[in-house]
Amino acid sequence: MRRIINYAPSSGAKVILAALPFVLLVGVYFLGSSARLAIDPADKLMPGFASFYASMVRLGTTLDIATKQYLLWWDTWLSLQRLFLGLGISALIGLVLGILVGFVPYLRATFEPFFAAFSLIPPLAVLPILFILFGLGELSKIVLIVFGIAPFITRDVMLRVASLPTEQIVKAQTLGASTWQMITGVILPQVMPRLLDSVRLSLGAAWLFVIAAEAITAEGGLGYRIFLVRRYLAMDVILPYVAWITLLAFLMDYALRKVAAVAYPWDRIKAA
Amino acid sequence: MTQIIFDDVWKEYGEHIVLERINLTLDDHEFLAVIGPSGAGKTTFLRMLLSQEAPTRGRILIDGEPIAPEPTADRGVVFQRYSVFPHRTVLGNVMMGPQWAASPLLGRLFGARRRAVEERAMALLTRVGLAEHAEKYPAQLSGGMQQRLALAQALIMKPKVLLLDEPFGALDPGTRKQMHELVSELWEENAMTIVMVTHDLPEAFLLGTRVIAVERPRKDPQAPERFGATIVSDYETKCRIVRDSRRFEADRAKARLTLVPDAFLPADGTSAAALVKD
Repeated sequence: MRRIINYAPSSGAKVILAALPFVLLVGVYFLGSSARLAIDPADKLMPGFASFYASMVRLGTTLDIATKQYLLWWDTWLSLQRLFLGLGISALIGLVLGILVGFVPYLRATFEPFFAAFSLIPPLAVLPILFILFGLGELSKIVLIVFGIAPFITRDVMLRVASLPTEQIVKAQTLGASTWQMITGVILPQVMPRLLDSVRLSLGAAWLFVIAAEAITAEGGLGYRIFLVRRYLAMDVILPYVAWITLLAFLMDYALRKVAAVAYPWDRIKAA
Repeated sequence: MTQIIFDDVWKEYGEHIVLERINLTLDDHEFLAVIGPSGAGKTTFLRMLLSQEAPTRGRILIDGEPIAPEPTADRGVVFQRYSVFPHRTVLGNVMMGPQWAASPLLGRLFGARRRAVEERAMALLTRVGLAEHAEKYPAQLSGGMQQRLALAQALIMKPKVLLLDEPFGALDPGTRKQMHELVSELWEENAMTIVMVTHDLPEAFLLGTRVIAVERPRKDPQAPERFGATIVSDYETKCRIVRDSRRFEADRAKARLTLVPDAFLPADGTSAAALVKD
């Protein structure tokens, strides 16, 4: 009898094992839903897969009278737009500030404690301030995402810059590099893979802020829809929407990972 | 011609004196090996020469001028580790210095100028035996190959002084031996000054033309930090006059070779060099 940590599954078994929890989850839901539907065919809490499908087809293919839009696609478009703008601006701010503050000692002494304190402000607590300052439109939602994520990315980039060996920086100087050349030639390329990773890690938080902002005020969006139909106990819309958001988040995460692997192959070698 | 002078240099960290009374004059084309126990300040000595740290007292002169207050291109360096950039290929690493010098904004060259730099870099890589690995990333190289890359990267800038901080410390004995040969050949070819910090005594005496030992000569049991290390012994291991005359003889032999007309060579194909040796 070996220790349990010394038993490793074969590659075939790994695929099956990975699929198992998903299958179990769907199976348990199906059993529960069937049992409830058998008692009450109009049950709203655990609708069957058929009603999920029907709702999604309805939202995806019929024109909504009030908004003149196909709701599923319109919601997706609005939410993704907010998410991408928010994440993109956060990544840019994080990259620029993180490198400058992480690399230039005077800037670091000035701003590092400030950023540390700033990143602890709970973004949702300042959401009312954002609504007051920027109105109820798109701007306040995007500012909320930036407010929530940029400090995290900035600090992560700063840490990465600080963790680059001093030897490399000294070596670059003995090769005649200026500060600008060191930033563009040594720091930036080595920070980029970490930036992509920290954007990946921020995806969950970004979705949280998008949905929170949409729940409070919006004309459309995945989070808005979920909170709207909650009033009618429309689980047949809410659950597929949650699954759809999860799928979108997963695809983004996957795409970012692939981009990092293709654009920065040297980073992979180090990990191997 | 490069002359390095340490003029009564001290290095203190607060109350703690690391180095004291360092006086040294190093002539051109010397290979200085610095030895001493761990924590004696060998690396501090090298860092001051690199301007990574400033002396608390005294001054360091290169060719009569005080050294720049920050690392510059006239002093190349190879550390024990992390001397190469992991995000560039082997060739890219060697090309970094010249590209930075020629293109302040982009740090990249294009077209004919790029090919010229590439050619120089490839020549150097061939010299250190890495030509066939030019497209690999440093992480794909062994420790000895990474150090050879670091050497090539520093040498392409033609530094006046090359500083080596325990460059072979992390290598296995076989690789280390190859590196010794390579470094002493490169030192001879490029006619530069090398300062090497090591804790390996045989290595110091094998490579160095001059070996200095850095140690604390005095100890105060009540306040051990108040006495710093200094140069306690200074050996000239390879006499300059011997080295110079050997080089002179080699040059003369080469000159004589060119004077021997082909008609005087034996018909069996014995080379002129073999004849001169006798």
